[in-house]
Amino acid sequence: MIRLLLIAAAIALLAVAPFHFYTVTLMTIMCFVVFACSFNLLLGYSGLLCFGHAMFFGGAAYVTGYILKSTPVSIELAILAGAAVSGLLGLLIGMLTIRRQGIQFAMITLAFSQFIYFILLQSPFTGGEDGMQAIPRNPMFGILDVTDNFTYYYVVMAITLVSVFVYYRVVHSPYGEILKAVRDNQPRVESLGFDPERIKLLAFVISATMAGVAGGMKATVYQFATLTDASWPISAEVILMTLLGGLGTLLGPIFGAGIIIWLNDYLAGFGEWALISQGVILLVVIVFFRRGFVGELSALATFLANRRKPAAKADAPKPASAH
Amino acid sequence: MVTMADAVPAGAAASATGADYALVGEGLTKVFGGFAAVKDVDLAVRRGSIHALIGPNGAGKTTCFNLLTKTLQPTKGKILLNGEDISRLRSAEVARRGLVRSFQISAIFPNLTVLENVRVALQAPYGTGYHFWRSLRAVAPLNRRAEELLEQVGIVESRGITAAELSYGKKRALEIATTLALEPQVMLLDEPTAGMGHEDIEPITDLIRKVAVGRTVLLVEHNLSVVSTLCDRITVLQHGEVLAEGTYDEVSSDQRVIEAYMGGVDE
Repeated sequence: MIRLLLIAAAIALLAVAPFHFYTVTLMTIMCFVVFACSFNLLLGYSGLLCFGHAMFFGGAAYVTGYILKSTPVSIELAILAGAAVSGLLGLLIGMLTIRRQGIQFAMITLAFSQFIYFILLQSPFTGGEDGMQAIPRNPMFGILDVTDNFTYYYVVMAITLVSVFVYYRVVHSPYGEILKAVRDNQPRVESLGFDPERIKLLAFVISATMAGVAGGMKATVYQFATLTDASWPISAEVILMTLLGGLGTLLGPIFGAGIIIWLNDYLAGFGEWALISQGVILLVVIVFFRRGFVGELSALATFLANRRKPAAKADAPKPASAH
Repeated sequence: MVTMADAVPAGAAASATGADYALVGEGLTKVFGGFAAVKDVDLAVRRGSIHALIGPNGAGKTTCFNLLTKTLQPTKGKILLNGEDISRLRSAEVARRGLVRSFQISAIFPNLTVLENVRVALQAPYGTGYHFWRSLRAVAPLNRRAEELLEQVGIVESRGITAAELSYGKKRALEIATTLALEPQVMLLDEPTAGMGHEDIEPITDLIRKVAVGRTVLLVEHNLSVVSTLCDRITVLQHGEVLAEGTYDEVSSDQRVIEAYMGGVDE
């Protein structure tokens, strides 16, 4: 009940936010919330460190942009198509990499993302170094005009809410239970008769598809797609967001993305200081708050709850954290 | 030579229709980079028995065990489960055929709750493992069976806590409950009492005896007092080869076994 009220309050806040804040910043945050959730699904819940997640984000941004520029297809279908292409790319790359573990997996995904970056740089349809400019926002469902940022904000909000729900559903599904088991102890899952590589491949494809939704949204919010979207600093930024928010916590990536984008925006006037402060924040989080923003908060809540009932022994049930 | 007379020749085991022997290894050999960790081992586990694999350190017990569980592929030799050749199958496939192993290090999922640990195993035959679009209500029907299994190993009161918080002995009990969830015909236990204090050993030994009813169990074990009270039949390995096989009394009075163990202590 409390949880439902909190969700309703959060949605209400999102709905009134554009009256008080700059809509483009808010939309950027939401794009990266979806992107960071997709990344957390991999690193936080499958234990896979993909160091080239930007290839799915940037790749989908270009595909969505290209469809909108060259066809009259409605905007939501263009975003879905971008996501589908990212999902297929994820399937292909996943099949080639999923057997690798740890640092090997990270390095191979990085190599593939550099390869995708190079293809995007060389392909004629992307506009190369100039990027893809003036992506139109075709009417939604073919009728609803979304060229105005204020209107489009609510479309982005709806897509974000659906994506976050999908992310929540995957984590709390029968499959999610097996996925977490693979993260905890892969040989044991295999000995129980599952195929852990197929389990992880599915997570990789879902994650790539979600990253594609985020990339497609970004391309339509800014109405351009650039090589930066597919570059490794974006891959690094999403890792930073996930770690800062709290790895393997449901709400972590949402807070992480919000904090980083807000900081980038707030510190934009300070030039390089924005990057330096990001570095300092990451350092502080890694050294002092290893569980990240949400992870530390829920640990604190658990600690306080345990202190309130001192009778609790070591074997007493731990209250399930609310995130 | 008492022991060899009782040992089952591999040929005989293979020609048996699989009705007498649940698990048979024939001429098993595993070579690691030129070194043969296991050489031409024949092993037959009688249906419904508790069979132990013992031997001094470095005798090839764990390698042999890993071959039988398909964790490793044999360089040479054949493995039969109920008379069916499983030599080329993967470990996930043999698990679905009723041969399930445990691990030396407690093979639990530390960040899942105790109940979820067992439910993961129950999901394997239930077929919901890839259902990412459904809520956990889809697997709620499994909770009762999971609780029954936890009850059977005596840790049902811990069902809601994170598995990492269990004591060492309870982790092993949880692992056995998870293994039982697959209703295996053949259970392979890798050093079930490894690293345990004596206060934990007896409950686990009792538990193994209890769950072995109606099943076939093969275990690797260091603790000879556990082997002597628990096992019907024992195979002794040394330098990757079968040194002796028989009941505990037969094996423990075998001169070569005594020498192997004394030698093992001296090393």
